[in-house]
Amino acid sequence: MTSVKIVVAGGFGVGKTTFVGSVSEITPLTTEAVMTAASTDVDDLSYVPDKGTTTVAMDFGRLTLDAGLILYLFGTPGQHRFWFMWDDLINGAIGAVVIVDTRRLAESFPAVDYFEAAGLPFIIAINGFHGQFPYSVSDVKDALAVSPNVPILRCDARDRKSTKSTLISLVEHAMTMQMSTR
Amino acid sequence: MPGPEEVDGTPGTDGQETPPVGEGRDSAGKGGQDRPRPEWSSRPLPSGVKKLRGGDSGPPGPAPDTVKSALVRPYAVTGGRTQPRYQLQIEAMVAASHYEVRDLSILGPEYQAILGFCRDWRSIAEISAVLRLPLGVARVLVADMAVDGLVRVHQIDHAHGRPDLNLLERVLSGLRKL
Repeated sequence: MTSVKIVVAGGFGVGKTTFVGSVSEITPLTTEAVMTAASTDVDDLSYVPDKGTTTVAMDFGRLTLDAGLILYLFGTPGQHRFWFMWDDLINGAIGAVVIVDTRRLAESFPAVDYFEAAGLPFIIAINGFHGQFPYSVSDVKDALAVSPNVPILRCDARDRKSTKSTLISLVEHAMTMQMSTR
Repeated sequence: MPGPEEVDGTPGTDGQETPPVGEGRDSAGKGGQDRPRPEWSSRPLPSGVKKLRGGDSGPPGPAPDTVKSALVRPYAVTGGRTQPRYQLQIEAMVAASHYEVRDLSILGPEYQAILGFCRDWRSIAEISAVLRLPLGVARVLVADMAVDGLVRVHQIDHAHGRPDLNLLERVLSGLRKL
């Protein structure tokens, strides 16, 4: 039995859980990490000033791809102070989908910066709220200042077909990146 | 299959119960320190304020912004250990071993719950979410169970970074068939 994962990131309320839920075969589940528990996998928690416990919740979904292969989709915890969870999540991940709401583009900057720094393949998915895309893809590309080979596409997080094709684009991008670094 | 590396020396069941903290603090407010009353204390005070006098417990303002709970509690079932015996990814797959254990009742309730839930392959994330165990606790328990042969664990060795091209091909064709 093999499992792989894809990370779904973006600002608060941008549609991460909707995205996960529209394609998942299970109703998205929530796993909770206790902040002090994070030391299980992360080297450095010493910066955490608070000795109490903080709970970080992550939503995730599951897709059976073939008899022996399962794909998990993990929504990132929104707050930036939970980077430690992100380190855990991206470890061994295929890549990430950064969902953006063009009305609040800046909220996606931290995720974009983080994935760039981590060398994780990622794509930008513009979630069209109510089917509206007020800005063009090239506007978004300019505003995000991502490398030109990062795919930027439109999606409707509520629509299974749309999320599915977004995931396909990410996997293709991850393959391209892997072949180019050989 | 991951090998159970770096088994730490701490036996899982040595039950290092940390005594509950808080005993020492109770006396603080009742000590003699707050005896000298400010002169305004004899004046009538707005209702509610007076109650604080003996306790010295600070203003009844909004609660501290972070909710502090007992550190120990989430890890009580692991004997206080937060480090699993080997690293388990959040998506690592877990299944109960075929040779179902002789007598399940000798196992703790968490072990029983995990074995029951993992009749089919489940991820660490699912174990955590469905059985309502914090992620770190689920990892410690499953790693222990794997070492004891109660469950099998499958996870990709990520020492080499990302999933390889063959696996990505498989993911791609699986997605396309959905």
